[in-house]
Amino acid sequence: MSSERIVGKSVARKEGRDKVTGRSQYVDDMVLPDMLFGATVRSQIPRGRIRKITFGPGVDWDEFVIVSAKDIPGKNCISLIGDDQPCLAGQLVNHPEEPILLLAHPDRHLLPKAVEAVAIEYDPLPAIFTMEDSERRSEIIWGEDNIFKTYLIEKGDVKSIWEKAHYIVEGEYATGAQEQLYIENNGMIAAFDAEQGITVWGSLQCPYYIHKALMALCELPAEKVRVVQMETGGAFGGKEEYPSMIAAHAALLAMKSGKPVKIIYDRMEDMAATTKRHPSRTRHRTAVTKDGKILGGEIDFTIDGGAYLTLSPVVLSRGAIHAGGLYYWPSVRIRAKAVATNAPPHGAFRGFGAPQSLFAMERHMDRIARELGLSPVEIRRRNFLQPGQTTTTEQVVREPINLEKLLDRALEASDYYAKKDRFAKENRLGSTRKGMGIAAFLHGAGFTGSGERYLSSVVGVEGCADGDVRVLVSSTEFGQGTKTVLSQIAAEALGLPYENVSVAQPDTLEVPNSGPTVASRTAMVVGKLVQSAALGIKQTLISAKLLGDTYTAEEFRAACRQHVAVHGQFRSWSRYEAPSDIVWDDQKYRGEAYAAFAWAVYVAEVAVDLATYSVSVDDFVALQEVGKVLHPALATGQIVGGVAQGIGFSLYEKVVWQNGRMQNSQMTNYIMPTSSDLPPIRVFFEELGNVYGAYGAKGIGELPMDGPAPAIVNAVEDALGVRFDSVPLLPEDIMDGLDTDRLNKDKLDKDKDGFAASSLHGASGVGSRGEIR
Amino acid sequence: MTSARERGAQVEISFVVNGEPRAVRAYPMERLLDVLRHQLQLTGAKEGCGEGECGSCSVLMDGILVNSCLVPVLQAEGSNLVTIEGLAAGETLHVLQEAFLECGGAQCGICTPGMILAAFYLSNGKPEPTVTEIREGLSGNLCRCTGYSQIVEAVAEAARRRSAA
Repeated sequence: MSSERIVGKSVARKEGRDKVTGRSQYVDDMVLPDMLFGATVRSQIPRGRIRKITFGPGVDWDEFVIVSAKDIPGKNCISLIGDDQPCLAGQLVNHPEEPILLLAHPDRHLLPKAVEAVAIEYDPLPAIFTMEDSERRSEIIWGEDNIFKTYLIEKGDVKSIWEKAHYIVEGEYATGAQEQLYIENNGMIAAFDAEQGITVWGSLQCPYYIHKALMALCELPAEKVRVVQMETGGAFGGKEEYPSMIAAHAALLAMKSGKPVKIIYDRMEDMAATTKRHPSRTRHRTAVTKDGKILGGEIDFTIDGGAYLTLSPVVLSRGAIHAGGLYYWPSVRIRAKAVATNAPPHGAFRGFGAPQSLFAMERHMDRIARELGLSPVEIRRRNFLQPGQTTTTEQVVREPINLEKLLDRALEASDYYAKKDRFAKENRLGSTRKGMGIAAFLHGAGFTGSGERYLSSVVGVEGCADGDVRVLVSSTEFGQGTKTVLSQIAAEALGLPYENVSVAQPDTLEVPNSGPTVASRTAMVVGKLVQSAALGIKQTLISAKLLGDTYTAEEFRAACRQHVAVHGQFRSWSRYEAPSDIVWDDQKYRGEAYAAFAWAVYVAEVAVDLATYSVSVDDFVALQEVGKVLHPALATGQIVGGVAQGIGFSLYEKVVWQNGRMQNSQMTNYIMPTSSDLPPIRVFFEELGNVYGAYGAKGIGELPMDGPAPAIVNAVEDALGVRFDSVPLLPEDIMDGLDTDRLNKDKLDKDKDGFAASSLHGASGVGSRGEIR
Repeated sequence: MTSARERGAQVEISFVVNGEPRAVRAYPMERLLDVLRHQLQLTGAKEGCGEGECGSCSVLMDGILVNSCLVPVLQAEGSNLVTIEGLAAGETLHVLQEAFLECGGAQCGICTPGMILAAFYLSNGKPEPTVTEIREGLSGNLCRCTGYSQIVEAVAEAARRRSAA
């Protein structure tokens, strides 16, 4: 592996110069002649029937282009997994902020007042806002039972474990919604021409998702829909599915007006109306032997999908498969369910279900440790998956991963034991309490199960007329370094300097469908295809005798020029083929869930201020095995950035809901970490390699989102001796937790015959719910 | 209804941008950000929140770092403005831009112009800032991608290069 020239080096990012000079063109920087500005009139209520729409006084409505559901040429839906989400509500609305009408005008300043002047009368219908109400089915708001999707993962015989158990440990854990909060709000420009059809330019992750949605909505053939990605100012999953909605709206306004239309959301609209991380609830019931080995258990994982299906089934799937963490379960039953509520649909966000279920798993491990009187380190050590063992879906661990070694290295890097000792002494004095917390976890790279097989991604590499090479993919750059890493891979494969390779702007007229830029799949899956398409170029030149087996860059470029001069366009394609040993059973939800897992151990050090109840993260160690690190600086940036978002998820970022609407849709009251809130985040890599990824790469982007929340909350419990089982964990939650704990202790002191703490013994089957401490 | 009636009469406003004298006709309460972006095509300043929280629209006004989304353009009359477009000398990058590029300080790039200007402002006052000073100095500029570490490194690296030069 050390023979590589370009892969593994921190080369300059392809689009870096434009980014530091302010020259990069984001969608709001683009202006087309005669362009109108569009705005969206949205539902003010969570659920009901639209009775009447009135265009109020004080607005010259003749100057406006107005689009309603009746103007949709094709099917009124945003086509994705299902077709249940309307592009514009016709008669029924199912969540606050649901789009109803679209307005466009040449003067963008006139739009807010016009939106406000539209009066919509409704016949309200009862709405539901919690997973519990959805499960009770007091109202049926979606399908026949409010359930978008369920999965059942079964391994071994769970029934028999309870009587063998020395301990049965139960727990319930919850995570809240989280806003992606990319700094560039969503935006799109559309133009329509009867000859060429619809073209949209925008801030987006998945050009071909939009392409599919616009074909259905506008009833246009594939060649009459063109999607172009502009520079995209952050995404994190938040620009996976909703851009199809905005593109659809801009397209409808462009078709009706005959002019280009730009829709740019402001921050409040973006936060209130677009997707967020699914809130979740996880229940664990685990049978454990007296020496701390997991015998098996039941895990119930439920997520709130909001009002429409969108991506909830796949978020649920990833969450369910990750719910057992990186531990060996001889038997397990995982029931997973996505339910409907009358909130804007929740969607993709870095980690995609895994941060939710792994928060529960890693908090639960600490709970098991406490119940058994073991340390958090020891309980993990005794249950780590070993090579040759199987995961909850019975996927055999084939990689030579040594999780104990990973754990030891993270403990050493964080000075875990010395700090634990020191804090035990110091915590008796003063007004801060310090603690250490661990999270060990894994993240599957690429689409789940048969996903990559269905996607069947295609990648092209082009030898250009000037002798340089261009990579043709629909994979998008939005900060991670897609263009840089794919250029490195092509340059490495062709033996060319990095400077001679570029990546085409994602434009569905130009680039094949290499799949969506999601699921930590770009470096591993798309990268591997780039490598093989690049080799196709090389082989063609060698077969044509234009090139010898060894060559200089100049010889390659001359050969390439000659090939183009003689034969014209020179492109090599590569299509994904599933490895024969990757077998997945969609019915039983069993088999090889992912071609590769990344593995990690994170350690958080926190200090809790007993006067303000605020938590500061003072040190953070992030150690992971992600296969070959293709670009150390970018990889480190991915980890640090993901951990920062994870710290926000844990301690700062709370979506306040009222009747299905976000109440704090501003950066002033939805708080993300600033540079002065964060510790140095110390990043370490192990590199085992991976046979399925380009040059041994695995996925990396989502992994760092999974670990911080459990590591930090475990550390808070370590500091305070009080348990917290949900995130975000805000100072007011800590105050409440400490007050409750104090009351309970007072009660225990008064009651001389009270239970001693940890009153659980033997295989009595007594559930420990932890009220007694 | 016209926009002019809503917002009073336009006035002529003059200032210096990136060393060049410019005059614009604008409504007095129009945001400096909009005038820079729409009239002068200086699109390096970005709107992230529109309420002075994120710092993506940061520019320098008479040497002071401001959120251009909160500055009525009238207030810029007679001032000396520096935007990200004015930082490099032709094709030669400013030492901060170079350091951001090399240290991984820019990921998606949307906060980068504002962040670099905030770093520029910080290092004008403190040529050799400590890590704590950098973290505090940049805390008015939000970045969702990097977790700030590589930005902090970039600013420290630029300071090292300046003092070595």
